[in-house]
Amino acid sequence: MPRAFSPGSSRSSKDSLRTPELRALHARRLGTLAYAEALALQQQLVARRRRGEIADQLLLLEHPHVITLGTSARTEHVLVDDDMRQLLDIEIHDTGRGGDVTYHGPGQLVGYPILDLKPDRCDLHRYVRDIEAALIDTLRTWAIEAGRKPGLTGVWVGADKVAAIGVRVASGWITSHGFALNVSTDLQFFDAIVPCGIRQYGVTSLERLLGEAPPMDDVLERTARCFATTFGRALHVA
Amino acid sequence: MARIEVPMPQMGESIAEGTVSKWLKNIGDQVSRDEPLLEISTDKVDAEIPSPGAGVLVEVAVQQGQTVEVGTVLGFIETEKGAAAAAAPSAPAAPAAAAEPEAPTPEPASAQPAAAAQPAAKASLAASSEGGARADNGRGDSAEERLRQRSTPLVRRIAEEHGVDIAQVSGTGHAGRVTKQDILSFIEQGGAQQGREPAAPTAPPRVAAAAGGAFSADALWDVFYSQVRHPEFPAREGDRVEPMNRIRRLTADHMVRAKRVAPHVHSFIEIDFTQIDRVRSAGKARWEQAGVKVSYTAFVAWAVARVLPEFPMVNSTVSGEGVIYRGSVNIGIAVDLNPGLIVPVVRRADELNLSGIAKRIGDLAQRARDKKLAPDEIQGATFSITNPGVLGTTVGMPIIPEGTAAILGTGAIEKKPVVIEADGHDVIAIRKRSLFSLGYDHRIVDGADAARFLARLKSVLEGFPEDA
Repeated sequence: MPRAFSPGSSRSSKDSLRTPELRALHARRLGTLAYAEALALQQQLVARRRRGEIADQLLLLEHPHVITLGTSARTEHVLVDDDMRQLLDIEIHDTGRGGDVTYHGPGQLVGYPILDLKPDRCDLHRYVRDIEAALIDTLRTWAIEAGRKPGLTGVWVGADKVAAIGVRVASGWITSHGFALNVSTDLQFFDAIVPCGIRQYGVTSLERLLGEAPPMDDVLERTARCFATTFGRALHVA
Repeated sequence: MARIEVPMPQMGESIAEGTVSKWLKNIGDQVSRDEPLLEISTDKVDAEIPSPGAGVLVEVAVQQGQTVEVGTVLGFIETEKGAAAAAAPSAPAAPAAAAEPEAPTPEPASAQPAAAAQPAAKASLAASSEGGARADNGRGDSAEERLRQRSTPLVRRIAEEHGVDIAQVSGTGHAGRVTKQDILSFIEQGGAQQGREPAAPTAPPRVAAAAGGAFSADALWDVFYSQVRHPEFPAREGDRVEPMNRIRRLTADHMVRAKRVAPHVHSFIEIDFTQIDRVRSAGKARWEQAGVKVSYTAFVAWAVARVLPEFPMVNSTVSGEGVIYRGSVNIGIAVDLNPGLIVPVVRRADELNLSGIAKRIGDLAQRARDKKLAPDEIQGATFSITNPGVLGTTVGMPIIPEGTAAILGTGAIEKKPVVIEADGHDVIAIRKRSLFSLGYDHRIVDGADAARFLARLKSVLEGFPEDA
C-alpha cells in the first residue's frame, strides 16, 4: 500500500519496534563460556561487525570463576596469591577492556555488546553512561532503585555495586567487553580482589537485594530488552 | 615531505583528556589509513585510535602512561612519499643505495638543538657518531643500527643531557630498542661523557624504572615523578615567547618534582658574625699569601660540615620505604650564573680545613661560571647551601634538592643593634648578624631535630675556632 513514508518521523510512532530504520540488535544466549573463548568470539565478531557482515550483537553469558585485569589494573588489587587462586579454581586473565580488576563467576550475568556506535553515538562517556542507564532500567523492573556514583563507573544500590562496567572501543567505533550484573553471585569471591580498585564500597547482588535470586533467563530477557530500548535498537533474541 | 600529526581525538563531549595506554606501532612501522595506531584509556573505556593516514610512524610524542588533553599531538606519520626516504631499509640494498645519486646528507655537525625538531628517525641518525663503514654510503647506517637507535623522546632527552651517543647503548627493548632503563644503567656504569654544557644542578634519572611496567600504576608514578609538564598560558600582544634553555628546563622540572614529593618546613635562626669576623681578620694575611679568598660561605660550609655528622637525619634522604643515611658529607653550594644557577659539590667537606673548603668553593664557582664543570662535580650533594643574602635579601625559604633532606639559606649579613649582656647589664651593641633558614624534609627531619641542628650550627659559628 503506497503511503507517504518519512524515515525521520516514524521513530516516534507507537510501532517503533517494527519501523524499518531501527537497527537490529541480536541478543545471543551463550550459557557458560570460558573467558578466553568469549574473548576470541568477541574479537571475531568485532571484525565482522566492522566489515558490516553482521548486525549489532549483545552476547549474554556466564563465566566460570575468573579474575580479569583491565588495562589500568593494579596487581595489588588481586588479593589472593597464585596458590589460593588455584585452590579456588579461579583463572586470571589480562583483557583489553578499560578499568581495573574484576571478578566474574557463576550467577553473574555478563553482557558483551558488539555495537557499531557510528554515526550518532560516537562518544565514549555517553556509551558507558548508556550501559549504566540500561542496567538501572533493568533493576527498576524489580523495583530496585539503583543509580550512579560520580566518578565511579558502574551501577550502585546504596553504597554497594551491583554491576561493573569496563569496555573497549575498537577502531571504527566498534565496541566490545561490557558489563557484569551480579544475580546470584557468591559475593565472597569478591574478597579475592579490590573490585575496580575501589576499597571503600561493597558489592551486592540481586539475590541479596531481593531475598532470593530471580531465574537467570528472566534477568537475561529483561536486561536485553532494556538494553535495546536505551540504544534505540530492535531486539531479536537468538 | 608530508608529515602528518596524530592528535588526541575528541572521543566524547565530556572528554577533555586521555591516557596513552599502549602504542600498537613502533617508530618505523608502516601503517595504513585507519589501521589502529595506539590505544588510549579514559575512565572505564579503552579505545583504539586509528591512523589518520597511510605511511610510517616517525615520531612518538606522548609516551605510554602519559595523560594529555584532547588535541595534543601524540605522534607523527610520514606519508608514503616522504617516508620512503626516511625509513626504507637501506642495509640489504646498500650497494645500490650507494650508487644512487642522493642528495648529500650533511651528517656531522648536526648535534644541534634543532635536532629535536626533526623527525625522530633522522634525529637519531644524525646523533650517531660512529664513522667507519657507514661513511661509504651516503645515508650510512644499516637497518639494524637504525633499529637500535630508535628510542623514545624521553630516552633521547636523557641521552642528550648526559652527552651519551645512543648508538653505543645496547638496547633490550623490542627489536633492540634502547629503553629508559638501558640508558640509565649505561650512564650509571660511567658511559656518560661530558656533555656540551655542564649538566644541570642535579641529574634527574634516579627513578628505579618500574619493574615490568605491565601495570599502569607504575607508569602513572613514573609520569608523576619524572615527567613534569608545565601548563601553558596564552601569550598576549607585545609578549615575547622563548623556549626554555636546557638548564632552565631541568631546573624547572627539578623544582616541581622536589616540591611535589618532600613536605617542606623552614626554621630560622639568627647568627652573630662577630667571632667569624675576628677569625677572618686574623687569618687574612696568611690566606692572602696562600692565594685563597675565604668567604663567609666558606665559614658556613666548614661549620655545616662539622655539625652534619652529629645529625644523620639531616644528611640523609628518604628512599622508597627506607632512609639512606649518607656516609659522607658532600655540600652543594648554589652558584648564581646570572642567568641560571648551578650547584657544584664540595665532596667530603668534613675532611677539609677552612682554607681547603674556601679553595674548593672558589675553584668550583669559577669553573661553574666558565661552564667547565665535570658532570660528577654537580652530583652527589648530601646537603646544600644557598646564599640569597649575597644580594641583600633578608632570608629565603629554599627548595630542598631531590635526594637530600635539607638545605641551608643564608641571609644578608647586616649591622644591627642587638641587646647583649656586658658586665651583668643589658646593653645595646652594634653587631653583624644574619638570619639563616633551614629548609628540611619533614618526612625524615622533625622540627626539634632542625632546631637542635640550627642551635648547634649557631654555637659553632659564634664560637668559630681560630685554627679551623
